[in-house]
Amino acid sequence: MTVARLVLSGIRKAYPGVLANDDVALTIGQGEIHALLGENGAGKSTLVKIIYGVLAPDAGEIAWEGRTVTIDSPHAARALGIGMVFQHFSLFDALSVLENVALGLDAKLDRKTLAERIIEVSEAYGLPLDPHREVHELSVGERQRIEIVRCLLQSPRLLIMDEPTSVLTPQEVDRLFLTLRQLAAEGVSILYISHKLHEIEALCDAATIMRGGRVVAHCDPRTETARSMAELMVGSSFAAPEKPEKRLKRAPRFSVNALDLPTAEVFGTALREISFDVQVGEIFGIAGVAGNGQSELLAALSGERPTASESVVIDGQKIGRLGPRARRLHGLAYIPEERNGHGAVPDLTLADNALLSAYDRRGLLASGVVRHGRASAFAAEIIDRFGVRATGPAARASSLSGGNLQKFVVGREILQAPNVLIAAQPTWGVDAGAAAAIHQALIDLAGHGVAVLVVSQDLDELMALTDRMAVLNGGRLSRPLVTADATVEQIGLLMGGLHDLPDEVPHGDGQPEATHAQA
Amino acid sequence: MDPLTALLVTVITAATPLLFAAVGELVVERSGVLNLGVEGMMLAGAVTGFAVTLTTGSGTIGIIAAAFAGAAMALVFGFLTLTLLANQVATGLALTIFGVGLSALVGSGFVGTPLPRLPRLDLPGLTDLPVVGPLLFGHDVLVYLAVVLTLAVAWFLARSRAGMILRAVGENHEAAHGLGYPVIRIRYFAVLFGGLTAGLGGAFLSLAYTPMWIEQMTAGRGWIALALVVFAAWRPLRVLVGAYLFGGVTILQLHAQGMGLFAVPSQVLSMLPYLATIVVLVVISAGPWKGRLQAPACLGRPFHPTH
Amino acid sequence: MLRLEPRAAISHRMRWLTPLFAVALTVLTGAMLFAAMGYDPIQSLRAFFVDPLTSRYGLAELGVKATPLILIATGLAVGFRAGVWNIGAEGQLTLGALAGGSVALLFWNQEGWWILPLMGIAAVVGGMAWAAIPAFLKSRFDVNEILVSLMLTYVGLLLLSALIYGPLKSPEGFGFPESRMFSESAMLPNILEGTRLHLGAAVTALVVVVVWFLMTRTLFGFQVTVIGQAPAAARFAGFSQKAMIWTSLLLGGGLAGLAGLFEVAGPIGQIVPTISPGYGFTAIIVAFLGRLHPFGIVLAGLLVALSYLGGENAQITVGMPQAVTGVFQGMLLFFLLAADVLVRYRLRFGSPATSPKAVRS
Repeated sequence: MTVARLVLSGIRKAYPGVLANDDVALTIGQGEIHALLGENGAGKSTLVKIIYGVLAPDAGEIAWEGRTVTIDSPHAARALGIGMVFQHFSLFDALSVLENVALGLDAKLDRKTLAERIIEVSEAYGLPLDPHREVHELSVGERQRIEIVRCLLQSPRLLIMDEPTSVLTPQEVDRLFLTLRQLAAEGVSILYISHKLHEIEALCDAATIMRGGRVVAHCDPRTETARSMAELMVGSSFAAPEKPEKRLKRAPRFSVNALDLPTAEVFGTALREISFDVQVGEIFGIAGVAGNGQSELLAALSGERPTASESVVIDGQKIGRLGPRARRLHGLAYIPEERNGHGAVPDLTLADNALLSAYDRRGLLASGVVRHGRASAFAAEIIDRFGVRATGPAARASSLSGGNLQKFVVGREILQAPNVLIAAQPTWGVDAGAAAAIHQALIDLAGHGVAVLVVSQDLDELMALTDRMAVLNGGRLSRPLVTADATVEQIGLLMGGLHDLPDEVPHGDGQPEATHAQA
Repeated sequence: MDPLTALLVTVITAATPLLFAAVGELVVERSGVLNLGVEGMMLAGAVTGFAVTLTTGSGTIGIIAAAFAGAAMALVFGFLTLTLLANQVATGLALTIFGVGLSALVGSGFVGTPLPRLPRLDLPGLTDLPVVGPLLFGHDVLVYLAVVLTLAVAWFLARSRAGMILRAVGENHEAAHGLGYPVIRIRYFAVLFGGLTAGLGGAFLSLAYTPMWIEQMTAGRGWIALALVVFAAWRPLRVLVGAYLFGGVTILQLHAQGMGLFAVPSQVLSMLPYLATIVVLVVISAGPWKGRLQAPACLGRPFHPTH
Repeated sequence: MLRLEPRAAISHRMRWLTPLFAVALTVLTGAMLFAAMGYDPIQSLRAFFVDPLTSRYGLAELGVKATPLILIATGLAVGFRAGVWNIGAEGQLTLGALAGGSVALLFWNQEGWWILPLMGIAAVVGGMAWAAIPAFLKSRFDVNEILVSLMLTYVGLLLLSALIYGPLKSPEGFGFPESRMFSESAMLPNILEGTRLHLGAAVTALVVVVVWFLMTRTLFGFQVTVIGQAPAAARFAGFSQKAMIWTSLLLGGGLAGLAGLFEVAGPIGQIVPTISPGYGFTAIIVAFLGRLHPFGIVLAGLLVALSYLGGENAQITVGMPQAVTGVFQGMLLFFLLAADVLVRYRLRFGSPATSPKAVRS
């Protein structure tokens, strides 16, 4: 029996008001791919930062290959042989690939040697990279390769991957898994953090499940079902959203016609010829890897960046040139991806945050003067109707948990009785209970005839929620697919930029004529 | 010395204080910190350099003292913005207001006292060469120091590992912290360097440019230096070019005033450097370079290492 | 080791306590400074902070000095809240004084109730025009408004100098760089007999109340807050950042211009080469010290005005250089910014309880 690579015991870490890790134990064997599974806020990130020396635990013991150690900095972690690929890449956009790698290495190599080593390692593991390009020119997948190559150059014996697939296409995920299996076969241990159950089933040898800062189970993912692991993760059995059978009417409520938009940011994506319709009562999904024009599309649809008049149409009204306030008066509601600072202002009260988008549609103004009483009452109504856990309308938005604030934002938009609702990543970073509530609210809203557009990177979410979906890639939108007939593989190919799908794409009943098929 | 050479020599002197201040601020901004207190730090340097030189009789000690005075002011800024996370814009403004007041207070006894100009480096033979001689040789030591410092900064940022780390901190402080680099400490060093050079720029004004102390003698040069950094798109060698261009504008308007070239009041000509700064800012912000105008991504954003 | 621990929510008690800490620290440091300069600290502090307030005239003077500070700071605070950094109020003040004063000189020796209002309009337009330049450049080309508004201050001061040595110079002035004394109709009436307190103080009080109403009760005030705190949320709500750049700069510029007029048509009575002892810059301190809130600014304005009066008084009675005033004002802002950390963080001393050493090795 070989000695385990890493053994954690009794790890504890408290923040003011939160016990992020409580008596956590974890054992990773040599060459083992070990899953760390849990919801957002379960304490996974805290634990990983402790292992990588970013955070110091309040109590507990870390043993590395049988020896008790103190890891008080990332340098110390790397010196032991621990490498980490962060979820939000720790990359520097304006620097070259070479410089980015050099910054993560403790050994000081000269530029030429380092460039050669990068090419060597990237070829050995199927991770092609040009050391001299600047990071901002690279795709998300390529950026992740920098992080991985940076780790591999130090010949790590434990590689930590924090939610590595959230930004990848399904094909890129397969590719990554090949690399990880190759590493494991060479004896490298891998700590794989995720909440995606089917990935863990496919990849991992062992799993540790966390909930509320504690370890709730150790299991073998190859013998568990996704459902049993999900229930361990969430702590109770949960119901999939109820989606009533329905027939779509052929009545477009929200149309986007040949929308072109040049990029506003230096490294942004321009939109080209985007066209689609959302029908009365339909939930339409837009999938795609981040950075393919989502933020530009959302800005154009919400009115934050006005466009040509006829490119956005609600119920026959051309609203493309209008700003968000005027579009709202036409019945458009919008739930931005980012709650903090976009959909809500953290330092303001919930009453003020209710005012933020509802000032016109809920009559919260009297000739320019704010009716604070009504704003408060509206906030109270949202809190009540959407089960937002908050002390009341005077609570600051920053005092709410992510899920509760998201419910508040969703409720604020829905209670304005929109005709069209655009939701970006509506359940991103939200606990399972809140996610289910939000999904149900969107489905109910569509049931009342509202056209709902969901832009999300979470394929599972789109598969569960939408009637039809299309994929955004490089600023172009694919032709829509009927969700019930689409496969993950098809969507994955579209996400990877292959727009010429074979002709046997199934056409479901009630699907309107596919608009424009874009090459 | 023919008139044109003489003119170019004065351009070099007019550019030197700008170069000192701008190259320091460039390093500060590259590390992700916006210090608007350059004017205040220059004034602290100017008055300290003058007072110390006058009392000790040594220009060298005066220059060193000026650099330390600038750095001391920068330390106050650093403590407020880096340790206490105060708003960088407001703190920079406070530093300037404080510097104006403090230098006036310290300098109130020195107004009108003359001081011998800093010695020039006379290299027999070389200085006497036509045109090239007076242009390249025979300046005081600070003129060379400014140029050498700028070249050194250019090398440091582009080639050295420490320079790469400094750029990384200015580009993405979270990531730099995640990789284990001491963001705050690195920024302290950058801010102190910026104070040091601003102090030197001030000392040049009160010891070499017009060897005397006058209240608010920097006359907005600290602010022009800030504009120069933008103009240079955060690149040291372009700061060098920019400083000399601005030195040129300053000297040209002075000569135009002296010769009565234009039938306008002298004050209108004195406006030129300030108006030129605005024009340059507009051109650089609106021109075809706009896309490449890459400020360090973390510029002005406070960093607090949390979880 | 000093450590900061984020508060769960910002402390509102601290928001109003920190200015008091800052004042206390400034007075304390000031006393040490006086002692270091060889003055009796108690006597100097008395001369600085108490003596100016012991007479009716002194109190009125406080109002005279506080008026421009409060007026300018009230306007600037709106911009600062919205993240628009107009620091060229000194130049806008100068242009307002020039524009309003020129109207006074144009109608010199004429009588009419309409002269003062016309001067007021000219001053506001003058200040606004100067502020419109950074507003245009910022909203159109995204040019940094800090640098532009500041450069324009130097240009404005030079413009004043050019005009006062040129067309505005009094024909009867023996060549001194001063304009004619304004005639009676162009002077602000006194509102307190035997003092220099003028109508401008009353107008300022009115402006403060109006701005307070705008900021706390209207959608405009809400827009300012949202744009300043979360620009993306402001775009989401449909609040225009460009419109805010224009509005806040024009408001700040207009009020600064009006403050300039109040100086030349009030205590000064003519256009002179130096209209303000840096009110436009000091108002920045006043705005922050007053927490960017109109009523806070009134208190802060009175306090900072006292530092001007105290500086003058200390110069006369103890012979202290007047530059001490500037040092005081700078320190006050420093201490405020330092103390501000308490609003968002708790201070903890000693090494963190969660130090790596807690893990036994």
